[in-house]
Amino acid sequence: MHELPVTEGILRIAIEHAEKAGARRITDIHLVIGDLAGFVDDSIQFYFDILTPGTLAEGAKLHFHRVATRLRCWECGHEFHPPERDWTCPACGAMGGEVRAGKEFYVESIEIE
Amino acid sequence: MTRRQIPVVERILSANDRIAANNRERLRGHGITTVNIMSSPGAGKTTLLLATIRALGEACKIGVIEGDVASQVDADKIAQAGVPVVQINTGGGCHLEASMVQQALNALPLEEIQLLFIENVGNLICPAGFDLGQDYNVALLSVPEGHDKPYKYPSMFEFVDLVLVTKTDVLPYMDFDLAEFRRLVHGLNPRAPVLPLSARTGEGMEAWLEWLEAAVRR
Ligand SMILES: Nc1nc2c(ncn2[C@@H]2O[C@H](COP(=O)(O)OP(=O)(O)O)[C@@H](O)[C@H]2O)c(=O)[nH]1
Ligand SMILES: [Mg+2]
Ligand SMILES: [Zn+2]
Repeated sequence: MHELPVTEGILRIAIEHAEKAGARRITDIHLVIGDLAGFVDDSIQFYFDILTPGTLAEGAKLHFHRVATRLRCWECGHEFHPPERDWTCPACGAMGGEVRAGKEFYVESIEIE
Repeated sequence: MTRRQIPVVERILSANDRIAANNRERLRGHGITTVNIMSSPGAGKTTLLLATIRALGEACKIGVIEGDVASQVDADKIAQAGVPVVQINTGGGCHLEASMVQQALNALPLEEIQLLFIENVGNLICPAGFDLGQDYNVALLSVPEGHDKPYKYPSMFEFVDLVLVTKTDVLPYMDFDLAEFRRLVHGLNPRAPVLPLSARTGEGMEAWLEWLEAAVRR
């Protein structure tokens, strides 16, 4: 459900930048989404298809670049991609770490004609 | 037709972030401390707020923003406790956004408030992404929900300032492992205190009230 305002945000950003560049239409939108950001690709696509007709982004293709969660061990500094349901450091066995990647949520670039 | 790629790199929630920054400035201008309360539906947010209002009494002037998908029942309960309250109905939306809080602030007597609670919509996923202008984030997890929830909702537990385990009066009937829950929360967020309490029996309330007093003084 919360992908609706999020998709509106994506569209607003893409159209703003396309207009500034004098585009006739947007062909592609590249999104970067961390696994921890909590947003579902299919749901964004669903709202995108509803919102875009009649806009510069009509028919544009959405590309989802997923970023895997990466933790930095609090104890030994080792960086690792934790598997689901296990945050122990593979190097030293300590629990968890600082989130270094996985929370990204931005429009990286657009392609225009 | 020439195709061009244009770098953008703009946070998708940047519009929300801007309004949240305005809210924060406005609230701080009034000397108000704002606490955003998040949990699954039914974890005990409203019950805890009522117990907190009762416990603090005249010691602290409280205001409340009640977020809900629909209905006014929680706001009515808070109003009965004699505290200024505004209800926001998101009309199906699963979290509050900064623009909704901005509207709510217009309807509150800000000069009369020291401590503002925002009861977010019951949901452990979405509210984490949407800044509202709060100073502190508090997550509630009730004992019946189970201790493994940080694995399922890491973004919520990673970014909060305090975690409250609610409904500890039912611990004898559940297999909730408080030590394991603490270990998981601290795996991603070692600084957040994890305080167990029961709004029903009052057990553990002092530690929560002390945390609040320190937050208001800060
Ligand atoms: N046993 C027990 N029940 C509680 C406690 N706090 C709240 N509840 C009950 O849990 C249900 C949901 O509480 P509510 O405060 O409305 O949850 P909210 O949806 O998070 O606002 C209600 O039936 C409350 O009476 C508690 O400390 N102990
Ligand atoms: Mg409630
Ligand atoms: Zn390690």
